[in-house]
Amino acid sequence: MPITPSANLRKTFLDASKLEMVPVRNGFGEGLLEAAKNNDKIVGLCADLTESTRMEGFAQAFPERFVEIGVAEQNLVTVASGMAHEGKIPFTSSYATFSPGRNWEQIRTTICYNNQPVIVVGSHAGLSVGPDGATHQALEDVALMRVLPNMQVIVPADYQQAHKATLAIAKDPKPTYLRLAREKSPVFTTTKTPFTIGKADVYYSGKDVTIIGAGPVLYEALIAADMLKGKVSVEVINLHTIKPIDKATILRSVKKTRAVVTVEEHQITGGLGGAVAELLAKELPTPMEFVGVCDRFGESGSPMELWEHFGMGPDNIIDHVNKVLKRKV
Amino acid sequence: MAVMTPIQDHKALALKANQIRKDILISLNKAGSGHSGGPLGMADIFTCLYFNALKHDPAKPNWEDRDRILLSNGHICPVLYASMAHAGYFPVEELTTLRQLGSRLQGHPHRTALPGLETTSGPLGSGLSQGAGMALAAKMDGVNHHIVVCGSDGEQQEGNVWEAVLLAAKYKLDNLIYIIDRNFIQIDGNTEDIMPLEPIKDKYEAFNWHVIEIDGHNYSQIIDAVTEAKNYKRKPILINAITVPGKGVSYMEDDYTWHGKPPSDEELATALEELEAVRTQIEEGTYEY
Repeated sequence: MPITPSANLRKTFLDASKLEMVPVRNGFGEGLLEAAKNNDKIVGLCADLTESTRMEGFAQAFPERFVEIGVAEQNLVTVASGMAHEGKIPFTSSYATFSPGRNWEQIRTTICYNNQPVIVVGSHAGLSVGPDGATHQALEDVALMRVLPNMQVIVPADYQQAHKATLAIAKDPKPTYLRLAREKSPVFTTTKTPFTIGKADVYYSGKDVTIIGAGPVLYEALIAADMLKGKVSVEVINLHTIKPIDKATILRSVKKTRAVVTVEEHQITGGLGGAVAELLAKELPTPMEFVGVCDRFGESGSPMELWEHFGMGPDNIIDHVNKVLKRKV
Repeated sequence: MAVMTPIQDHKALALKANQIRKDILISLNKAGSGHSGGPLGMADIFTCLYFNALKHDPAKPNWEDRDRILLSNGHICPVLYASMAHAGYFPVEELTTLRQLGSRLQGHPHRTALPGLETTSGPLGSGLSQGAGMALAAKMDGVNHHIVVCGSDGEQQEGNVWEAVLLAAKYKLDNLIYIIDRNFIQIDGNTEDIMPLEPIKDKYEAFNWHVIEIDGHNYSQIIDAVTEAKNYKRKPILINAITVPGKGVSYMEDDYTWHGKPPSDEELATALEELEAVRTQIEEGTYEY
């Protein structure tokens, strides 16, 4: 069985009829509430999107530790920086197009350079926001955050992982970007699936090609791997922490497969694919193909229509696997 | 050194400010770049803050009960550095490392480089919101120190300032004091030509702030304003301080071209002569402060 046993993935996750669908953002909301119960230094700040970024539970349980900033993303992160200076652990939330989209310089100077442990939670990232259209579909946020010194960048693949990531961040607070998605998506990890910040996980073992992805689209990569079973032996890595990148796990896999496909709901430049390419160009030059959005904006549509239209589904991932296999040395 | 004992004698404060002005210019001349006008204009206010009005302890820069001093317009940091050095945060000799490779005195203040700095700053407009965050945290924790943010009139053009102004009023942050260096200059010229700001007082009062207007070179007014601000309840406080940029050096005063450059060797010599003459006047009691 190619599915890595130690990953403890949900047993029936490949069966669409038995899928549990929960938004990634819910995992953050529940994780924040749980972390806050055990740590009174945790504060929450939100820019008028408390319910939809799932900070509402925290805000209701701890009104004295919640700051409603209003529609002011520059203020959101700088007020948080000031609170972190006084020993608080501030979680800030908005939509990713606004934070870190609008307030990048404030994040750079007052959080990263100033090295204050503020958590920038960017919800509604990627195409799957759907009908709201391109203004609300953050496809550049990982690139914006990944170039900043001191910043760690985490993209959970599902609800369970967002829950674990939130608890892990709260336990060891540092400048962090946590990327969340709005739409319901498959819950394919479990409470027993390992999660360590900075440690990539092999979910599917193979020897012909390595697919590296993060976020809900990783599920599509697993489906693609399973569809290729018997024809191509695919390894699938969950690179939930894009920065700091887990060199060892990636290199161990790629030394074996010598071919890579990256999968992300983001521009193919600057995101996860770019991060992996930078690593491999230096350490282990390898043919690569990139699944993602290619230098264009999104548009309105249902989430499923958009994923199909922009090639996030298993068929397009398989096409990229076949392409990279032809280039394999 | 224990908690700084306030210097009550205004003459002693004026002499301190005079020395700080000299050291600002010496450090800028050595650096070969940096801003002259703003630091000289704020020297009296910084002297009053560091040597009279605020509670702090240079031997314990992270003392929890200290008043926080934030510099939002980071480019005037030579006055911050000189004040900190004279207060005892680091050796005065270190001032001449300003802007050099490896120096703790970065061209714009960097918190993690130098104990005693509360923030990293430079990009304008973000100091007040960080101060508001500190003030909010202090309210949550029920502690009583004050947060004093020094900023500029030019940075009022930044939207981030007004986001913070709204928030500070909403949360009635009466532990937050914002001092605007109202010197009417910015890099491109006069502030009122570039983007009219007046009436500042009416604007802040309309935003539910308490406003105190002072002459930023009059020690009684500066100290009284901080005392009033510290005792004011239920609103954040703006001290709008009218200052003369380049104060103390005749050829720099009120000339916006001195906003962003340092003195040459000859200019420094002239400036130090003028400041020495001021020192004599202070000693003789013929200088107003």
